Amino acid sequence: MPMKKIFSKPASLKDAPFHYCPGCGHSIAHRLLCEAFDELDIRGIAIGVPPAGCAVLAYNYLDVDMIESAHGRGPAVATGIKRMLPDRVVFSYQGDGDLAAIGIAESFHAANRGENISVFFINNAVYGMTGGQMAPTTTMGQRTTTSPLGRSKELEGHPVQVCELFSHLRGTTYIERCAVNTPANILKTKKAILKSLQYQIDKRGFTLVEILSPCPTNWKMSPVEACKWISDVMTKEFPLGVMKDIPSAQQKKGVDAHEQ
Amino acid sequence: MTEKVLMSGNHIIGEAAIRAGCRFYAGYPITPQNELCEYMSEHIREQEGGVFIQSESEIAAVNMVEGAASTGARAMTSSSSPGISLKQEGISFLAACEIPALIVNIMRGGPGLGNIRPSQGDYFQATRGGGHGDYRTIVLAPATCQEMADLTMDAFDLADRYRTPVMLLADGMMGQMMEPVVFKEPKPRDYPDMFMLRGAGGGKSHFIRGLLLDQLEEEEHNWKLARKYAIIEQRETRCEYFQTEDADVVIVAYGTSARVAKGAIKRLRPMGMKVGLFRPITLWPFPMNELRKLSEKTKYFLDFEMSLGQMIDDVRLALQGYADIGFFGRPGGVVPTPVELANIIEQRYFKNNGPEKRG
Ligand SMILES: Cc1ncc(C[n+]2csc(CCOP(=O)(O)OP(=O)(O)O)c2C)c(N)n1
Ligand code: SF4
Ligand SMILES: [Mg+2]
Repeated sequence: MPMKKIFSKPASLKDAPFHYCPGCGHSIAHRLLCEAFDELDIRGIAIGVPPAGCAVLAYNYLDVDMIESAHGRGPAVATGIKRMLPDRVVFSYQGDGDLAAIGIAESFHAANRGENISVFFINNAVYGMTGGQMAPTTTMGQRTTTSPLGRSKELEGHPVQVCELFSHLRGTTYIERCAVNTPANILKTKKAILKSLQYQIDKRGFTLVEILSPCPTNWKMSPVEACKWISDVMTKEFPLGVMKDIPSAQQKKGVDAHEQ
Repeated sequence: MTEKVLMSGNHIIGEAAIRAGCRFYAGYPITPQNELCEYMSEHIREQEGGVFIQSESEIAAVNMVEGAASTGARAMTSSSSPGISLKQEGISFLAACEIPALIVNIMRGGPGLGNIRPSQGDYFQATRGGGHGDYRTIVLAPATCQEMADLTMDAFDLADRYRTPVMLLADGMMGQMMEPVVFKEPKPRDYPDMFMLRGAGGGKSHFIRGLLLDQLEEEEHNWKLARKYAIIEQRETRCEYFQTEDADVVIVAYGTSARVAKGAIKRLRPMGMKVGLFRPITLWPFPMNELRKLSEKTKYFLDFEMSLGQMIDDVRLALQGYADIGFFGRPGGVVPTPVELANIIEQRYFKNNGPEKRG
């Protein structure tokens, strides 16, 4: 019986072993991105901006043109690229510290300007790369190396809900929060990535996909426990789903989300 | 194009940049460079593909420039002292990633918020790299409106040739002042496609990075940059000599303070005092050898700055052991008058029956 190939490495994924910890969500997100590049046939026109964070070496894996960004400044770098090359598909890939703390101004204003770029936002509730410190998205009560007693609203404030916040900006077109902790959620994440890139190809403006992503190492959990923690705890602070999606007909008429 | 036009310094920089092919400008308002920002908002957009962005901060601006320049576009940002401090991380990244770009600093009084008066207080920051890490930035210091036009164009050529950020360093006085200028014909651009990030197409993908986790790799990258800087030091120094041939005293000054120095010399010469000016045009690389050569004839040099002794470090490196060095400077946004400087020189000139001996 002839064998049927049902699973293979995406062509846009380099043949290099990931340096990520076992059970890390970055690897899954990378793979999904590469599958999307293949399916949309945009490997040759994609330009990516990896962050300072655990994904700083994303260019070792994604086989597309990429340029390093200073911590948090990805959307500004992407803005410069996209404005010069409007027919390329430009994306930034950012962690929660990168996007929601040090780089909140750059992401907020790129969104508000409605830059026609895609932002892939990996929310793992900690600073992974620097050893598990508190992130703007660290959940209430969560212990980290810099919130040893657990995050409290009195001392650290509430976790930043990036999707909810950015949905209010009239420059944004499509915003969805996904997760990569179950096969079903992974499929939804893939669809969201495809949609974000397609919107950009269709010149529909700023899109952002937040991906709740396990960091077993800094959460001090097994990969399975980490996936469960996303369902049990993280999704309570960060509900999954489409936060905003302006139908193209409405966008053409010049109606924006604010007026919806 | 050889027609003479009267324009202010900030506008001249903008016009020269556009003529040199700059197609991306990002900046954040700060006095005394706002006219440059405003000029770009109108005129760069008149060019095909020309982009102006008023960014959310100076940090965003320099990072936007990094993105735009990485695609191969000529790109620039401008600011004044506090804003330039914010750009330093980005300038360090440009140097590390070897991306050409122009950064204009129209200096104002500092430290801190300081004031909006002309100053030269950012000499150290500009010439010592400014941001973190072992790198240098080419620094061009115009002293006339014509030079602002010429050096802006040259800055883009130098940035391309050495794939490095270049800073144009002027001050609030130069930004505002008006003089007639002739815009020269820009040179055709010579920048290889291989350094441009434009999508992999059907071929191999590329990446631009400054992160080298292996320390030996990072060391080698630093050596490579150092070799480049050594070539720049050999080839790119520029300076002006003004009445130095017979001078007993040579003032060393750049930018606005060099203009003041010329005014002082014009007063002192008719009184029989042989005073000249050595004006560095490149602050990094500093024209060390050119200055030292002057010590064969002149034994007293007066370093004159609108700051409290920054360039004097370079003057000492050039002259220590070869000639006596004096200093006069006023910080905080004060522009000394030619009369004031002439009085200082006069006192020192006749002290001890000629050039004074102290440093
Ligand atoms: C200006 C600056 N400050 C701090 C750092 C150190 N740093 C590198 S990554 C990082 C945080 C990473 O966290 P996050 O963005 O959540 O990404 P993750 O590693 O969790 O994917 C920090 C603080 C830096 N590189 N640059
Ligand atoms: S520290 Fe966390 S985010 Fe970083 S690679 Fe490991 S699991 Fe992934
Ligand atoms: Mg994180």
